[in-house]
Amino acid sequence: MGLPSRRVALVAGVRTPFARSGTVFRDLTAAQLARRAAQELLIRTGIDGRQIDEVVFGQVIPSVLAPNLAREVSLLPQLPRDIPAFSVNRACASGGQAISYAYDQITLGHADIVLAGGAESLSDIPILHSKRMSRLLVDASKAKSVGQRLGIFAKARFKDLVPVSPAIAEPSTGESMGQSAEKMAKENGIGREAQDRLALLSHQRAAAAQTDGRLGLEIAPMPAGPKSDEMVVTDNLIRPDTTFEVLSALKPVFDRKYGSVTAGNSSPLTDGASAVLLMAEDNARALGYEPLAYIRSYAVAAVDPGWQLLMGPVFAVPLALDRAGITWKDLGLVEIHEAFAAQVLSNAQAWGSKEWAERLGRPEPVGEVDWTKTNVMGGSIAIGHPFGATGARIATSLANEMKRRDVQFGLISICAQGGMGFAMVLERR
Amino acid sequence: MTAFTTENESGIAVVTFDLEGEPVNKLTTAVRDEFTALLARLRADASVRAIIFQSGKPDNFIAGADIEEFTQLTTQAELESLSRAGQEMLFAVADSPKPIVAAIHGACLGGGLELALACQYRICTDHPKTSLGLPEVQLGLIPGAGGCQRLPKLIGASAALDIILAGKSVPGVKAYKLGIVDECVPPSILARTAIAAAERLVAKGVPQRPARPLGLKGALLDRNPLGRRLIYRTARATVLKKTGGHYPAPLAALEAVEAGLERGGREGYAVEHRKFGELAVGDVSRKLVQLFFATNALKKDDGVPPGTASAHPVRRLGVIGSGFMGAGIAGTAVSAAEVEVRLRDTEWPRIGKGLRAAMSILEGQLVRRKITRYQLERLSALLSGTTDYSGFERIDLVIEAVFEDLAIKRAVLREVEGATSPETIFATNTSTIPISQIAEPAMRPEKVIGMHFFSPVEKMPLLEIIPTARTSAETIVTAVHFGRKMGKTVIVVRDFPGFWVNRILTPYLNEAGRLFAEGTPIEVIDRVMTRFGFPVGPIALIDEVGLDVASKAGKVMHEAFGERLLPSDVIAKMLADGRTGRKSGKGFYHYLDGHKTGVDERVYDLLGIRPQDTHSPETIEQRLVYSMLNEAAMAAMEGVIRTPRDGDIGAIFGIGFPPFRGGPLRMIDDVGATKVVSLLRELATQFGDRFAPAPRLVEKAERNERFYPR
Repeated sequence: MGLPSRRVALVAGVRTPFARSGTVFRDLTAAQLARRAAQELLIRTGIDGRQIDEVVFGQVIPSVLAPNLAREVSLLPQLPRDIPAFSVNRACASGGQAISYAYDQITLGHADIVLAGGAESLSDIPILHSKRMSRLLVDASKAKSVGQRLGIFAKARFKDLVPVSPAIAEPSTGESMGQSAEKMAKENGIGREAQDRLALLSHQRAAAAQTDGRLGLEIAPMPAGPKSDEMVVTDNLIRPDTTFEVLSALKPVFDRKYGSVTAGNSSPLTDGASAVLLMAEDNARALGYEPLAYIRSYAVAAVDPGWQLLMGPVFAVPLALDRAGITWKDLGLVEIHEAFAAQVLSNAQAWGSKEWAERLGRPEPVGEVDWTKTNVMGGSIAIGHPFGATGARIATSLANEMKRRDVQFGLISICAQGGMGFAMVLERR
Repeated sequence: MTAFTTENESGIAVVTFDLEGEPVNKLTTAVRDEFTALLARLRADASVRAIIFQSGKPDNFIAGADIEEFTQLTTQAELESLSRAGQEMLFAVADSPKPIVAAIHGACLGGGLELALACQYRICTDHPKTSLGLPEVQLGLIPGAGGCQRLPKLIGASAALDIILAGKSVPGVKAYKLGIVDECVPPSILARTAIAAAERLVAKGVPQRPARPLGLKGALLDRNPLGRRLIYRTARATVLKKTGGHYPAPLAALEAVEAGLERGGREGYAVEHRKFGELAVGDVSRKLVQLFFATNALKKDDGVPPGTASAHPVRRLGVIGSGFMGAGIAGTAVSAAEVEVRLRDTEWPRIGKGLRAAMSILEGQLVRRKITRYQLERLSALLSGTTDYSGFERIDLVIEAVFEDLAIKRAVLREVEGATSPETIFATNTSTIPISQIAEPAMRPEKVIGMHFFSPVEKMPLLEIIPTARTSAETIVTAVHFGRKMGKTVIVVRDFPGFWVNRILTPYLNEAGRLFAEGTPIEVIDRVMTRFGFPVGPIALIDEVGLDVASKAGKVMHEAFGERLLPSDVIAKMLADGRTGRKSGKGFYHYLDGHKTGVDERVYDLLGIRPQDTHSPETIEQRLVYSMLNEAAMAAMEGVIRTPRDGDIGAIFGIGFPPFRGGPLRMIDDVGATKVVSLLRELATQFGDRFAPAPRLVEKAERNERFYPR
């Protein structure tokens, strides 16, 4: 498969700090977070808003009040009001999907410059009425008299008033994400210790990147607090002082007796947003930007959600590598989204195994994960995982680090609800 | 000249008013004559069943009477008959047997609204540019073409007085709610609605309007003679409290309204045109009209000779320093000029507070319904902060508002020059440091300029712009234009210590301190000056400004100008007691939650002063006012200001010098330089050499010259 003639440059990326949901960003909406990330990106790059052709953002649990998050972003005062904008949902790969959509539009020549990103506020999720209650409310709104209306409400029972909130679970099977990770740990023989070691590494590396300023560089401080006069400058989930002992002491959450998945080796519920500026190579050159990296290829795949839910990347990654015309050995840096340590290790195991190579119909295993080159600034377990925002967060960190280390090829791997996997290859030159 | 065009649309005459060569429609004598003749023709024309009156200007109905023309008239009799002629023209409208519909889009003010009120039916648009009002009292006049008669009859005394006495205007939707117009519609259907209304009026006659205001309040107050008496009494008391008795127009308007409602139409119109004539030749109105023209002329003055340079658009503003001043500049720039603002400070917590303060300015606009919630969201996204200079590469103008310290300001200038493009202008907001000193190490001195804002930035209308000898004309014009975009009245002044406003303020505040040190009670000093017409007295002003700030400025001025501007030692002693004024809750006055609660009697003991009324109010007034007049004359003749006009506007908008006195230089002209000089000499003998008249003022007096042409 030939590579497109028009290369797509990743010029810059910015994100808000990531915060445990219900903490500092409790009173903010995903749209506010997304607008802040995009605003800062536009200001820092100094791009003239009139040059942007399209805005695309990912979000997994949209607000009922502003369901098209991207349009809220595209109505920033820095941008003209006639830029089309839409929001995408490929679960945890939504941010990645937004970037790949931008890539498609630019390579097709439909757009030259696209603002992409994603956001999630798990502090601001819609709380729904029960089915019966919703029905009664709709009926009541159509009632013609007060008496009729009271009659309708009289039918309500106490349990109808109990609200329904969306669970982080698979709608097709009812299995929660954590349960899936637990299942994967057991079926793939991923032990508790390996999971905790990975979580520890994630925190240590994120803490180091926080201290040396690599993370801070990507962050747009966000006003928050009751009077919104406090600037949140850093991520609040990273624990520089955590130890293997602390992590091992945590109780498994999803299977108290035989389980190994804990709050410590899973990604937490997080609020945050991220944004990246993508453009055709020629445009970047004409505008005087020095791109961080170029998108070389991407791929998506899906597995039966009833099987091992988070194994999608096992299929997507080799596809993306093939499309890029490179092999795992060519990769200088790898970013694997850490939904759960059990999932990361399950994916890694499959990529390295002969048995899986056969299942994938490949002569050789996809590749062996080299942890010195993987998640070098920490991952979602330590930094957090605002679903829609993770893709652009990872792309930005990877591109920045590729520039710093002058690495030619980098890989992004993201697992997503619904059994999906997303992979993207970036190239430096 | 034809200002009107008429089209007959199947029996409905659509009259369009479009005054040639003018951006807005104005009522002149020529327009009045043409209109009267046109109306007579239409009344006689059998093919015409109804008349629609509309404007051909975009977003303007009628801005009011032509003030230029009206200032040509000099005698009371002439002006009275001008008012009477206006009334008569509108009697012809009101008496028309063929219904007349006013279709209003854009500003409908003064005579424009009076005309609309005389029509049988009014429709306005709900567009933000549409506003209806009677601003006459702002020029020291009253509505003289029946406005004081028709508006109260239409919407009730209290609502009408609310508009007339304050010279207010209201948006279209509000005008509909008040009952000023019969319908309020989107601009797209104004013409259609007017035709339909005209047809309806022809078919069914003019509708009966419900008595206003409706409900219990209407029954108890507006529609009841005893209630109305209460309304008049309250209105009079409010006016006197607000104007201090210095402005006769609101009281005259009140009389005209009362005469019309209580003693009948004929009497009302008579009082109205008589009062109009009296006011129009009066000194207060003359001064306010002069000020109106001066402000308009200033709006067209770019601070450099015309054609010298043109302004660069400012789209991105950088503000250095997120303190009270920086945040005020940021918030005002976003809300008034709608530019992107990047606020730079060294610490994030400070930036957080600064952004919050800037947001509060926007939220204030929302509370006062100047903007919608949607606009607030949009505007707030123009604000951001940074601890480095990220995002400064493409900034057009940087205004620094850091601590008043030469070394710090110079360091900031160097940093900014390093972080911005060669096109970026660097403006420094200082009240005491000469701009040329700050600009000394500049790589691009032609891009350095002073922009002296007054605090609080969002409220204070004046901006002093101070070029140095090396500032380019382009930089000056760009700064002036941007200042205006921020909603400020801009004067360009010379780079002299204290510039203009603080220069003339310094001797005045020093003198207030001395009067206090001599035992004059604080409230006496302040009362004398509020009676003179200042919005606040000098002692209260020191509290507002902050004693620390005043003291620092006082020292700088003393160093620059010597003994004449020696500060009284009162402020230093107050500061030693931790009294910095309103911001610390205590100064000369006592403050509770930022509100003045009265003179803090402890300050007398603190300074070992026994309060006593040694000086007469005349002496107090003379010492305070003449110290300012003397300094103003001196500074004006040193070339600190470009014209007396700039100086007087600066004093009125920057210090609150009573507008009806026209400003300090105008006042010298009015009193007479000779008399000012002799009074200053008397004060000098009695109270010290600081009152010695400026030598050039003495020369002026000897040559019998004035600041303004006669």
